[in-house]
Amino acid sequence: MNNPSQIESLKIRIAAGTDSARAVVERSVNAAEQLNETLNAFLDIGRNASLARANSVGTHGGLLAGVPIAIKDNICVRGMQTSCGSNILGNYQPPYNATVVERLLNEGAVIIGKTNCDEFAMGSSNENSAFGAVKNPWDIHRVPGGSSGGSAAAVAAGIVPVALGSDTGGSVRQPASLCGVVGLKPTYGRNSRYGLVAFASSLDQVGIFGTTAADVATVLRVIAGRDEHDSTTADVPVPDYANEIRAPIAGARLGFPRALYGEGLDDEVRESVQNVVEVYRQLGAEIVEVDLPHAQYAIAVYYIIATAEASSNLARFDGVRYGFRAEEAPELRQMYRKTRDEGFGPEVKRRIMLGTYVLSAGYYDAYYRKAQQVRTLIKNDFRNAFAECDAIITPTAPTTAFAIGEKVDDPLAMYLNDIYTVTANLAGVPGINVPCGLSSERLPIGFQLLGPYWSEPVLLRLSHAYQEARPFTERPPVFAQ
Amino acid sequence: MPISVADIRKIAELAHIEITEDELNVFGPQMSEIVQYVEQLNAVDTSNIEPALGGLTPEGERTDPARGDEIRPSLGQKVALSEAPDAASGHFRVPKVL
Repeated sequence: MNNPSQIESLKIRIAAGTDSARAVVERSVNAAEQLNETLNAFLDIGRNASLARANSVGTHGGLLAGVPIAIKDNICVRGMQTSCGSNILGNYQPPYNATVVERLLNEGAVIIGKTNCDEFAMGSSNENSAFGAVKNPWDIHRVPGGSSGGSAAAVAAGIVPVALGSDTGGSVRQPASLCGVVGLKPTYGRNSRYGLVAFASSLDQVGIFGTTAADVATVLRVIAGRDEHDSTTADVPVPDYANEIRAPIAGARLGFPRALYGEGLDDEVRESVQNVVEVYRQLGAEIVEVDLPHAQYAIAVYYIIATAEASSNLARFDGVRYGFRAEEAPELRQMYRKTRDEGFGPEVKRRIMLGTYVLSAGYYDAYYRKAQQVRTLIKNDFRNAFAECDAIITPTAPTTAFAIGEKVDDPLAMYLNDIYTVTANLAGVPGINVPCGLSSERLPIGFQLLGPYWSEPVLLRLSHAYQEARPFTERPPVFAQ
Repeated sequence: MPISVADIRKIAELAHIEITEDELNVFGPQMSEIVQYVEQLNAVDTSNIEPALGGLTPEGERTDPARGDEIRPSLGQKVALSEAPDAASGHFRVPKVL
């Protein structure tokens, strides 16, 4: 097998005594430290705690015993910082673990560090981090995508086999595409967000990065499911995703939304994803044309709803209970304003202000209510499409990784990176990026599969089938030794 | 509808964000462009369409969000205050309000 499950092979080596959890974790921590000067993927690396834990999980029988994992820095891990890539939180140390983190630890995982991200997960390039942009391991002059760029880069560079991120409009799938790894955003309500710092609560979902669908499946089984600390988690059984992954895909109906392959899509990306469609046809899938007539409005809907929710969620950062407080503000309101001015970066301010605007008196119906109505139409589009097919195939991002600085002064151009990914968040359906080759500039290209609610087994099976048929074995120039 | 400098000042005030003149000059045109872009939604016929409130799936809507009303351990005062910029005598201390 050319695309082996990294978790599986690691566990086999540990069980055979040819490797140890301690050695695996030490290699991972060493790589994180050594490559950080080049990639800036980590904001906090817990060397001592990771090695101590690796010693103690040697005999742990859990599904992830000894597996080193990186966590995006907007998900709380006790004993490490949670900055959300923002000066307003700085080196905030959360006193509790996110539920998804707790579940990873219960299965023996070793969390080696916190990964860099766009400030409060707002961005598509990682350039909005207060602590500097992450570099793409395929070309360090290019962005890794965002907002979970640090997690994507850490997996792509071979530092960790799997990592967690969060996906509000594509923040797992788009960086996965630009870095050449698998990235899953599950169904809304599949994973707990308790301990994930909220950005847009009706869209946020914790997602998973890995090099194979099999590894993503293993992690999803561990973290998914109802959590009484998050009322949006649904009471839906969690299957053994990894076990179901090898079922045949012949007869699967794959929806092809032709209209999404038009203007604005890079030629090489189009050609590459169309080749994937042919591979699926050869594997026995039936290709059916589907239409998502309101997808063209998704970015507009997204930037109303996401900013409205962000303006509300980020009101909590006011210099009172945690994080940064501006000095020399003798009066309370002045302290709020100075703290938020000095603590937030430009993109966060822009989005808070946009959200405040669309929710303000006199504008609510024109913007927010209208956007929620079009969101209903987008949901209906998917319902109609999934009556005809089991999954939909699209590009994940319109282009390969772009240069650092290229779009930083044009927020709207940056937002259009998410054109293929935001619909899934608006509708609540799951989506996955799978790498499908390199461009002529040796930059990764990915395709996206979208499925109905709770269809993660189908998406993972289709992804696995593709990875078996066309293994992606290329390595980036920046890669762990 | 274009956003004026006065609009931006008012929004910043509502959002508790102090913005500089420089920021005003950058944010003004950017926000106008974004608002203009999202106004393409006006072209969509949404008569008789219910707004989608929240993101829940049908299964999520059927899930009972309540848990048993029982006392459980919590962070406690000391830990809850441990990350506060200015904690005093078991409270969060803030500058004067009036």
